[in-house]
Amino acid sequence: MYEQIAANKRKSFFLVLIFLLLIFALTWILGRQIGWGVEALIVAAVISGGMAWGSYYSSDKIVLALSRARPLRREEYPYLFHTVEGLALAAGLPPPRCYLIEDTAPNAFATGRNPEKAVIVVTRGLVEKLNRLELEGVIAHEMAHIKNYDILLQTLAVVMVGVVVLLSDWLLRSFFWGRFGDRRRAKRGKGDLGIILALVALLLAVLSPLIAQLLRLALSRRREFLADAQGVMLTRYPPGLASALKKIAQDKEPLEVANKATAHLYIVNPLENIQGKVNRLFRTHPPIEERIAALERMSSPGGQVGPITLDKKRERI
Amino acid sequence: MGFLVVILIIIGLVLVVGIGLYNRLITLRNRCDNAWAQVDVQLRRRYDLIPNLVETVKGYAQHEREVFEKVTEARAKAINAQTVKEQGEAENLLSGALKSLFAVVENYPELKANQNFLMLQEELAGTESKIAYARQFYNDMVMKFNTKLQVFPSNLIARIFNFAEKDYFEIEESAAREPVKVSF
Repeated sequence: MYEQIAANKRKSFFLVLIFLLLIFALTWILGRQIGWGVEALIVAAVISGGMAWGSYYSSDKIVLALSRARPLRREEYPYLFHTVEGLALAAGLPPPRCYLIEDTAPNAFATGRNPEKAVIVVTRGLVEKLNRLELEGVIAHEMAHIKNYDILLQTLAVVMVGVVVLLSDWLLRSFFWGRFGDRRRAKRGKGDLGIILALVALLLAVLSPLIAQLLRLALSRRREFLADAQGVMLTRYPPGLASALKKIAQDKEPLEVANKATAHLYIVNPLENIQGKVNRLFRTHPPIEERIAALERMSSPGGQVGPITLDKKRERI
Repeated sequence: MGFLVVILIIIGLVLVVGIGLYNRLITLRNRCDNAWAQVDVQLRRRYDLIPNLVETVKGYAQHEREVFEKVTEARAKAINAQTVKEQGEAENLLSGALKSLFAVVENYPELKANQNFLMLQEELAGTESKIAYARQFYNDMVMKFNTKLQVFPSNLIARIFNFAEKDYFEIEESAAREPVKVSF
């Protein structure tokens, strides 16, 4: 359990590092090509960041409106509130608000720009179809996302993709229009690139946007594994989440409010059921079998303690 | 002259690192105290729920005097506990008493169907879960703090400033350790 968490954090860090390297490479080449490397980076960051800021700042309101979620009242599902508050205590976070989507497909997600503004959204299907242990596993997973500031990280990833797209676009244009700006500036940037380097740069410019997207999706998958592992650290009961994932994956009902903009937020990607096979590299979530396998590795002796309140939890809601 | 500068730089570095470690220990210790306070909040909530519960059960089962006394006594003991260890033992006692109370309820079907009772039972169950979670968080914080006290180099700072290790909040179910007697 601890090892998986550490490994996932390392791999996330590594992915972000590659992302940054890609951005630096583009900046450097752009600098050689047109003499405006760092300045271009700053402009790109401001543009991309500015576009993303609005959506990040109001992420809770926007997503809730898009998904047609409504606030949940305590009397409707007291057990859910107890679970959310209890897990918030275990995570050392203030308790998030609870919202409901009226849909019989079981699913859940968390949003909000920081733990104080966090919201957990569940579907009617989730609370009706999952038993208490499974529900706990799902809520714990969402709580882990909140604790990790994953919404912030996702936004940063989107900003970085934006920066890469802008930089590579400008690099491509600089090839088309010949020496961008006047020759003096280019000479200041230590002269023109050799043929080989120019070809490499061209290749990079064309492929970078794709690479950036793949990096972003790889990061998204890695954070899902991390949220699984940290969720288990809260409940100390891997079979709960494993069983919930199986149930959700097997439920063939499509989630009506899900669309491409919000699909990545959910605990199980709601669009994969409808679209059929999606290429492995383009998945926002790791395949369910892999997630369950990772959870089962945590169940081996020495990795797990057991459910916290054994007698209280065996009943359905 | 150069030698003196080097010595001074080394002393400066040691001081900076030392201050950093000291502050880290203070932060971790305060997190433990905060975590304990959270456990306390949930424990108090549980104590507040119990009198209501006892009254509701009494309404249907007046003669089960022994069980009511056991619960009330255990509750009083838990409220008055001072140290973490005492609290753990008192909570253990209270849990045992509540178990007996719920066992008694099994014999009174009208009570089991009573809305008020069901609501109280759900609230109590929720509170007990929260106590468990808060306890888990407290123990996690204690682990981090105790570890920092033991590893090098923070153990040196800990020793200089007399930082003491904290106790884990252990609830041992003494009832669970006794052999189960089955009689028909």
